[in-house]
Amino acid sequence: MSDGFQRRRGGGVVATFSGFEADLLRSLASQLVELLRNEVAAPSKGDDPLEELLDFSGPTTEPEDPVLARLFPTAYPHDEEAAGEFRRFTEGTLRDSKAQGAVSIIETLEEAGLPIELDQDGLVIDVELDRAGGMTWLKSFTDIRLALATRLGVEDGDEDYWLGLPDDDPRAHVYDIYQWVGYMQETLVDAVSRSR
Amino acid sequence: MSAPSPVELDEPEVEDLTFVDRPWATIVWNDPVNLMSYVTFVFQNYFGYARRKAEKLMLEVHNDGKSVVASGSREEMERDVQAMHEYGLWATMEKQS
Repeated sequence: MSDGFQRRRGGGVVATFSGFEADLLRSLASQLVELLRNEVAAPSKGDDPLEELLDFSGPTTEPEDPVLARLFPTAYPHDEEAAGEFRRFTEGTLRDSKAQGAVSIIETLEEAGLPIELDQDGLVIDVELDRAGGMTWLKSFTDIRLALATRLGVEDGDEDYWLGLPDDDPRAHVYDIYQWVGYMQETLVDAVSRSR
Repeated sequence: MSAPSPVELDEPEVEDLTFVDRPWATIVWNDPVNLMSYVTFVFQNYFGYARRKAEKLMLEVHNDGKSVVASGSREEMERDVQAMHEYGLWATMEKQS
């Protein structure tokens, strides 16, 4: 099991992953990319079809998928029009930057030696990140955890429920993964804070 | 308490105008996912707050359900809300009353 991220003497942070852990992280990041890129971001329907065709900006309504709704929350809860405008101008950029963050996790893991197909035991992957890389991973870990928690239906103070699930409940397995990413993120926050 | 004495009135200090200059607020809401350490780090890293202030705001979010983390013009708050969403925090903005 990985000990998580540590501060590096020369600057930046480093973590050692087993092949299994690296493969898992890659899988989580890939699923996030797929979710971010696949939901069709449709602009709201106006009256003028020509105007609609020429409108290359983003959606004005909240995404239907609950994970995406959590990643792109409403900025003006009491003003639907302002919320729509804000979303129209920001959701596309936000979506792209979150997708790019997840892609960069995948690329970093593969550059560090994770093969396309993991078919060997005992593989060890060292991931070194500079400050920018540390910030990217921090944000992506958050996105991954938000996605897992939304899918599971995690609520404040409900740890006992999850820890009490029987081992053969598949949600228990997903919750373990959610906890593990949380542990990795905790170590990364600590290491990045120390390496200022 | 001092006795009143005749005094010339100065022009209003700039500080008196800050309320008018900062009519909008960015609010961060509690959520079950984000780590306390991460939220504190975001407040330090993005807003440039000292650790103590960042922790205080984080604890307000955690204990009270929300906290006003910044105030300013509408444009500034929209930038802040967008940044908070980049970090995965749940933020909204509103006009201060």
